Amino acid sequence: MKIFLNGEAKEVVDSCSVLDLLTEMDIVGQRLAVEVNEEIVSKSRHADYSFGEGDKVEIVHAIGGG
Amino acid sequence: MQDDKLIIADKTYNSRLLVGTGKYKDMDETRDAIEASGAEIVTVAIRRTNIGQNPDEPNLLDVISPDKYTILPNTAGCYTAKDAVRTCQLARELLDGHDLVKLEVLGDQKTLYPNMVDTIEAAETLIKDGFKVMVYTSDDPIIAKRLEEMGCVAVMPLAGLIGSGLGICNPHNIRLIKENATVPILVDAGVGTASDAAIAMEIGCDAVLMNTAIAGAQKPVLMASAMKKAIEAGRESFLAGRMPKKAYASASSPIDGTFF
Repeated sequence: MKIFLNGEAKEVVDSCSVLDLLTEMDIVGQRLAVEVNEEIVSKSRHADYSFGEGDKVEIVHAIGGG
Repeated sequence: MQDDKLIIADKTYNSRLLVGTGKYKDMDETRDAIEASGAEIVTVAIRRTNIGQNPDEPNLLDVISPDKYTILPNTAGCYTAKDAVRTCQLARELLDGHDLVKLEVLGDQKTLYPNMVDTIEAAETLIKDGFKVMVYTSDDPIIAKRLEEMGCVAVMPLAGLIGSGLGICNPHNIRLIKENATVPILVDAGVGTASDAAIAMEIGCDAVLMNTAIAGAQKPVLMASAMKKAIEAGRESFLAGRMPKKAYASASSPIDGTFF
């Protein structure tokens, strides 16, 4: 199944959850926020929320800025 | 001076200097400059995580801990109300429900001047959604008052273009905005050196937010220290009330008792 992660196409297994993706990226527990199709997926839902074909996923964090 | 505190959204701060975290050489310099500035409110930007980045690389929020500082996520880079609202929502999720944000909606890449139509639209949406909005604005006193009446917790007019270091280009407008305000007024953008910060405070501003003036200095940590002192000096000077200006000299030493 294909999703778009931070603007780039990515293959994930069917029923891949947000938590599965974060685990694969080795960023579980970091300060970040996840959005799917412009809707926030809160931390409490990371384990249960599974992606669908073509989902647009954004994972963001805080960086230096004024 | 111990009783002279800055209060934003019911929270009390000792420092009247707010600083950004952009444009520093590395995390060490960021941490050291922010420490030297004495700032308690620190702005950050929200951006995509770098896919495939080194997971051991320090995260900004490990260096600038939310336990120590009030983190102020900004909407820098947003040119529409929609993008700004979305950024604030992501920031709130990222910071475990923290709802203080710096709203800025830009209008033009050359000037980074605020787009006030979209800024007002975004502010309305965010306030309705429970955010505490500190808003970057043009120096129009009528717009500034409108933002206050809408429920923004602080109004932050530019004193010069973002990152320009041109100084306080509009002291009369800043003064008009401050005179009419009941929420804190912060100069946001324009300050280039310590005397600019002092001037903003002498006008009566409640605080100053800056980034490039510190990060863009030859020695950022030293400039951070200078800014801390300038903000304090300017504030005390404002509270002390300056002497009136006169066209002619007025001797400081008495005329009586001269022996020549």
